[in-house]
Amino acid sequence: MRRSAHIKPPSRRASLLAVSLALSLFLAGAQSAFAGSILPQSGGSPTANHISNLYSITLYIAIVIFIGVEGTLLYCLFRFRAKRGRVAKQLHGNTKLEIGWTFGAAAILVALAALTFVDLHSIRDPSNSGPGGLDLSNGVQYETTGALKPPNGRALTIQVNGIQYLWRYTYVGASGNPTGLGDPYTTYDMVVPTNTTVILKVVSQDVVHEWWIPELGGKVQAVPGYTNYTWFKIPKAGTYTGQCSFLCGRGHARMIAEVTAVSPAKYERWLSRLSANLKAADANAARCRAVLASGQGPTSVAFTKNC
Amino acid sequence: MATAVLRPAPQIVAHRVEPEPRGLMSWLTTTDHKRIGILYLVTSFVFFILGGTEALVIRLQLAAANNTLVTPEVYNQLFTMHGTTMVFLFIVPVLAGFGNYFVPLMIGARDMAFPRLNALSYWLFLFGGIVLYASIFWSPPEAGWISTVPLATSTYLPSGGVDAWIYLVHLTGIASLIGAINFYVTIANMRAPGMSWSRLPLFIWSIMAYSLLLIIAIPVIAGAVTMLLLDRHFGTHFFDSANGGSALLWQNLFWFFGHPEVYILILPSFGIFSEILPVFARKPIFGYKAIAAATIMISFLGLLVWVHHMFTTPTPLVIIVFAMISSFLIAVPTGIKIFNWIGTLWQGSIEFRTPLIFSVGGIALFTIGGISGVFLAIFPVDWQLSDTYFVVAHIHFVLVGGSVFGIVAGVYYWYPKITGRMMSESLGKWSFWLMFWGTLITFMIQHSLGLDGMPRRVYEYAAVGNLQLYNQISTVGSWILGAGVLLTVINVWRSLSHGAIAGPDPWRANTLEWFTTSPPPVNNFDEIPRVRSLEPMKDIRREVERQAKTGTRARRRGAGEVKVTT
Repeated sequence: MRRSAHIKPPSRRASLLAVSLALSLFLAGAQSAFAGSILPQSGGSPTANHISNLYSITLYIAIVIFIGVEGTLLYCLFRFRAKRGRVAKQLHGNTKLEIGWTFGAAAILVALAALTFVDLHSIRDPSNSGPGGLDLSNGVQYETTGALKPPNGRALTIQVNGIQYLWRYTYVGASGNPTGLGDPYTTYDMVVPTNTTVILKVVSQDVVHEWWIPELGGKVQAVPGYTNYTWFKIPKAGTYTGQCSFLCGRGHARMIAEVTAVSPAKYERWLSRLSANLKAADANAARCRAVLASGQGPTSVAFTKNC
Repeated sequence: MATAVLRPAPQIVAHRVEPEPRGLMSWLTTTDHKRIGILYLVTSFVFFILGGTEALVIRLQLAAANNTLVTPEVYNQLFTMHGTTMVFLFIVPVLAGFGNYFVPLMIGARDMAFPRLNALSYWLFLFGGIVLYASIFWSPPEAGWISTVPLATSTYLPSGGVDAWIYLVHLTGIASLIGAINFYVTIANMRAPGMSWSRLPLFIWSIMAYSLLLIIAIPVIAGAVTMLLLDRHFGTHFFDSANGGSALLWQNLFWFFGHPEVYILILPSFGIFSEILPVFARKPIFGYKAIAAATIMISFLGLLVWVHHMFTTPTPLVIIVFAMISSFLIAVPTGIKIFNWIGTLWQGSIEFRTPLIFSVGGIALFTIGGISGVFLAIFPVDWQLSDTYFVVAHIHFVLVGGSVFGIVAGVYYWYPKITGRMMSESLGKWSFWLMFWGTLITFMIQHSLGLDGMPRRVYEYAAVGNLQLYNQISTVGSWILGAGVLLTVINVWRSLSHGAIAGPDPWRANTLEWFTTSPPPVNNFDEIPRVRSLEPMKDIRREVERQAKTGTRARRRGAGEVKVTT
């Protein structure tokens, strides 16, 4: 084959354009269809959606680079395979070309960094609760004091505590007791109101764990001795599942987490029921203590245990 | 410095040639860099088989949702042993093996600078491996190859497994450290006359970078595991947040070592690619200076990026941003290398021998790992991907595609020099295609597994979504990959007796190791040639050809029979 056998540039450019157009259509607006196969999961919270957007832009660029590099490599292997009469051209390099691709690569990365900084705000910083969200205007107990804060300063704060091998959620300030004692808590299943900015204070009481509900956004490590923060806002009622994603011991694979989003009215009913149950249990314990302290109760072990 | 200093050649008169020592004792007591290199290569391949077997059991356990083939305890031990084995007992020492065998040969030296220290570093490595594998008779470590605290403290894992792991890190660490110093001193001082820094083969440049990174990184991990040992047994609280220590400190110290370690694992394989491509494309390497500079740049930048393993920890945003930018910067010299390799193939005359195929396949696979690395460097994206199978896919494209394919390419390329015999080309090509598709099938689908929400290091998963399908694809791929590796092992074994006789320079290669016989004599070279370019063997062949044409009889040069080729 002689060197003059070249590929016509216009047809190649056109087909490249067509391929990239088809790819864009294929990926654009297909976030839900491809979530969990070629895109990260999303749809639960704007944080996850923004991450998915940033990922898909990176993916477009990556596909172009991938096809470019692997295509050129394959082309070289077919075009320049040894055959009778072929003499390798003794090139030692090409300074202009080498400087060119160095700056080319750098330019792509500068663009990616810029994109990241543009998207960072919407991913990292909490936004205000939506119109149908939980009314936090008069609930001073819900004010956040952590590192993350929505612009109006009002968000629902939940402390997430990692324990081998379950998650414990404390509804900070819901008891009204400034010391935090008596705040209602649950394990495994977190219940949150829809359209409400929820800030999670993530801590651990034993080993390192990692909080992750893929549809609600990124992960945060729960490191003993440190407090880590993340947030989400769920527009749609439903259940979102995840699990601990940092090796925490033999039960790691079964350290499941669930977030159930319900309407604010339902949430408030659920929370007051939870608080009432806890209060009843506390009252019962107090009554037992009083009976025992007075020395008037029956002395059986069964009574002391169950009161 | 053995540069262009003019001095009379030493006149050595041999009264008696000692026969080459044979038998077990000669291997136990050897200080010959070639024998130590062989010991390193064989031992680390044994560990490779062990680590690979562990990986296959891991893949079997994950082949079905809610599988109960192994218990959670055994599963955690399996992936801990797999990671630790592949990093500390396979890739680092196998590269030390190639380095030991070929650094003196490629720079025209008769041995390493410190032969006895060299032997010590092999034996320390071997005993490190024995200590780790002895623990399988009691309780192997199960805190992952990163042994994160507090899980690795005695409160949560009181058994001796983590202690065996600490011992392994110390022993192999000292082995690597003194090996690295040995390489550095050898390369700096013992180069053949005329071999200036700009005529240093690129594999030697990569061993320089490997050595420098080891010298910087090993003391940090040695300090960290000593602190862990003290916390476990002597009542200190370095990593205990409740008593004034910090659990995050471990992650910082470990990854300050752990990230340079990745470049320690990959740069020498890049060096092997850079040696093989020009030989089989029959062209000089494209952009020699750029590749050498990129190697050094990657090493330097590799020391600044460890926080990208910690994007989800409570670390200040400014540090996270710094880690993202420095990780991006690394992509530039890495990209330069890939472009230069392609430039080397461009307008060449490519001979598809097994070493070339493994190199090109490795570059193609590594490119995937390089691109997925950019996703992980973007920290908000990493918040989704971190600690999932996406990361598992990334690291395996880098370390299987980059490191292992480079290592296997090196085996096929240098086997004739080490044994004097050629390996089977057809077995080699079968091995390549199985390994190539095996790697693609096993690890490509793992990106989707991660995106679908599967964290790494879980012994079971529920049958939701496509998790089971993806995992089964990956398991099938892993067995194809395993079969490919097995074929190469068979090929290595079989060719010892069945391989065709190689001769000194079967590939018509460029560097000095091909100047001597295969296998080389104990003293490597009787006469060390003067190096006049980056490709001394090309000069020598040209000179021999010229003398043959002008009627002068080609002089036998030293021990090397110079093959006349047209």
